[in-house]
Amino acid sequence: MESVTPLSTLQAGSQAVIVSIQIPPESRGRLLEMGVLTGTRIELVRRAPLGDPLEIKVRGYNLSLRKHEADLILVRRD
Amino acid sequence: MSTSHGSPHPIGVSPSPDGPFWVVLTGNPNCGKTTLFNSLTGLRARVGNYAGVTVERKEGSLLGASVSRPITILDLPGTYSLSPQSLDEQIARDVLFQRLPEVPAPGLVVVVIDASNLQRNLYYATQVIELGHPTVIALNMVDVASQNGVEVDAAALATALGVPVVPMVASRGQGVENLRKLLITRAQQGPEPREPRSFLELPSEFGAAAERLEAQLEGSFPGRRRFSVAEAVLILSDDKVLQARPDLYPAAILSAVALARSRLEKAGVDWRSAAIEARYARAAAIQTAVTRELSPPGETLSDRLDGILTHRVWGLFIFVGLMAVMFESIFSFAQFPMDLIKDGFDWIASMVGEALGPGDLSSLLTRGVIKGVGSVVVFLPQICLLFLFISLLEDTGYMARAAFLMDRLMSRVGLHGKSFIPMLSSFACAIPGIMATRTIESPKDRLVTILVAPLMSCSARLPVYTVLISACIPNLRWLGIIGLPGITLLGMYLLGIAGAMGMAWLFKKTLFPGEPAPLILELPPYKLPVVSVVLRHMWERSKMFLRRAGTVILGINILLWFLASYPHSNEQAGRLSDQRKELIGLAQASGISVSDLGKSTGTETNSSVVLTDIQQRWQALASEEAGEKLRTSYAGRAGRLLEPILSPLGFDWKIGVGIVASFAAREVFVSTMSVVYNAGTSDSGDERATSSLAEIMKREKRADGSLAYTPLTGITLMVFYVFAMQCVSTVAVVRRETNSWRWPLFQWFYMTGLAWILAFVTYQGGRLMGWG
Repeated sequence: MESVTPLSTLQAGSQAVIVSIQIPPESRGRLLEMGVLTGTRIELVRRAPLGDPLEIKVRGYNLSLRKHEADLILVRRD
Repeated sequence: MSTSHGSPHPIGVSPSPDGPFWVVLTGNPNCGKTTLFNSLTGLRARVGNYAGVTVERKEGSLLGASVSRPITILDLPGTYSLSPQSLDEQIARDVLFQRLPEVPAPGLVVVVIDASNLQRNLYYATQVIELGHPTVIALNMVDVASQNGVEVDAAALATALGVPVVPMVASRGQGVENLRKLLITRAQQGPEPREPRSFLELPSEFGAAAERLEAQLEGSFPGRRRFSVAEAVLILSDDKVLQARPDLYPAAILSAVALARSRLEKAGVDWRSAAIEARYARAAAIQTAVTRELSPPGETLSDRLDGILTHRVWGLFIFVGLMAVMFESIFSFAQFPMDLIKDGFDWIASMVGEALGPGDLSSLLTRGVIKGVGSVVVFLPQICLLFLFISLLEDTGYMARAAFLMDRLMSRVGLHGKSFIPMLSSFACAIPGIMATRTIESPKDRLVTILVAPLMSCSARLPVYTVLISACIPNLRWLGIIGLPGITLLGMYLLGIAGAMGMAWLFKKTLFPGEPAPLILELPPYKLPVVSVVLRHMWERSKMFLRRAGTVILGINILLWFLASYPHSNEQAGRLSDQRKELIGLAQASGISVSDLGKSTGTETNSSVVLTDIQQRWQALASEEAGEKLRTSYAGRAGRLLEPILSPLGFDWKIGVGIVASFAAREVFVSTMSVVYNAGTSDSGDERATSSLAEIMKREKRADGSLAYTPLTGITLMVFYVFAMQCVSTVAVVRRETNSWRWPLFQWFYMTGLAWILAFVTYQGGRLMGWG
């Protein structure tokens, strides 16, 4: 079963592959340089205690993003 | 070619054979670069700034280098890429592109990479290698990688990258000697020319555009062939770099870039991401080729720790607990060394006083210089502890978690989780706090953080709070542990936090409306801190405070001593001296030695009624003289001039003197009040000179006989100090960081205005409630 969904809706602990990044091109440069690219496998590690931001694992390291950006990253669940 | 500051230097000029061999140390944040720098250079680093900006410039000499060929190592700020997003990263980029005239061409670049986070570190390392400098890779944290079940083949990595790779564990000194030897050999051999190379397999349209641009760059900057390949790709994909510095390139290049981009867009190639994707593809391929999985990837110790430390319930609980422990220990552990320092300065003052005898010079040295500086240096233990905690939080990796935990709260007022670190540092001092805002990428967020950071109660306010609390707040305790003084102190810190949050929200709504900047925050694995690194960090920061005590504050103290001692009123002095002679006569008639007069009453075992009486009159005279002197002095006049503004806040002219003086630096309040209240005591070590300032303030009476320092006055004064912008150094740093007088002036007026209004509300409100 394949389904495309925003990264922010993943269950903590589940993995997915990025299919598209809808963040405006001007403000996504650093995110790409940190290795968050279309086709990259990521894991949603957890949400912060207050619900935002999110912690993801990408390319073997941990990165924190806000829900606002995670809403705009579309992923395909395994 | 532009000749402005920062224009590209001619490339290919090898470092002068006479000067030191320059080694540049660069790498991602959290790769252990500072630890490596420390073990290569030992304990004598020179810390300064790059010209015109406040980015920390850290350099040191390589230990073990030959005298004839010294090696200087420059530690660049941590950076994720050569497309800078912050001032720190911009400096790193400019050094590597040799755009800073003050930094010579590097003889060797050492890229530190974290073996346990290989892909993202390789992203940056390949960017740097492409620049064509002689390069060496320091493959750090191989121990963490093997704990995670990954073995990195250093030889294979060297082959893949085409540069030497030195595996190491910098925190334990393993492998550092190999790097040291390599640096020394390279320094003797001189630089080694390298052919430019590229790691990228770009989409054909992008590759062709980059090649055309490369040829054009070579035409415009002859002699820079080494950089051209890498530079072409960088300026093609990074729209910010050309917007920020169009002066760096001739118009022909700028239009060629614009044309190439529009062609790529038509061909359906995303010019922003093409190079990044190609580079990560290569980094991933290299990683696969050079690593071997010893065990399947599982949960690391760091992951398990994170499970607790960022847990929904425990995470917040531990965070609040940590902050509480931090502040509690700053107060309790610091007490003993603080007492020692205070006694030490008092002892020096009394020795100097005895040696010089009474007079203006003795008074200047003992009251102006020694006690003035002493009353500030006494807070060094607290400041060291605070910096120790902050260094520990940073070096263990917890600081990033604090930002992670706090981002939701910070974003409520439009700030960033990354603003949390500068704000927390501002508890120690707004200056490092404001300097720490350089890691915030968004200029708006950075400016708002700078504007509100001085509202966090810094360590310079601590002496003011401490003195006022012991003078004004009754020491009531409940359950033996919770005390009113502690709660008051916590209240002041909370008030500062609330003020900072409120003002940040207001500024975000009014001055800088718009979308919040995205948060992209790395959560590095937890590390055991290296003691020497933490201590060194703490010391470097504390030194700044000491230097201030030795320069600015010493100068202010001398000035204040002058303002509080002059002009002498002759008429006054004459009348008092007559009365004093009369007392001396009385004493001699009763067979009392004159030296006993200044001593405190009742401390002598043989004190008689007559002696006590004369001593009391002598001291009353001394107090009267002191008060009279201060009232007629320049400082007293300034304080009285301000009385109309200060009296609605319940402050008298003596407090006015303290407030006026502390616009230079808040902690000066304490030394000023010492000068204000000690001004007339006799020179021998009598009771008043040795008892603490708080004790004197407790006894201080107003003209009508009521206590000068009531709890309400104390609270009002503290509220004023929470908000007022009383720090010349901060104003100077804000001016430097924002590059204009506009923001520091705005900040000064809004903070000081807010301070007056809130102090007014506190005092008048308190009186209405009947607390006055």
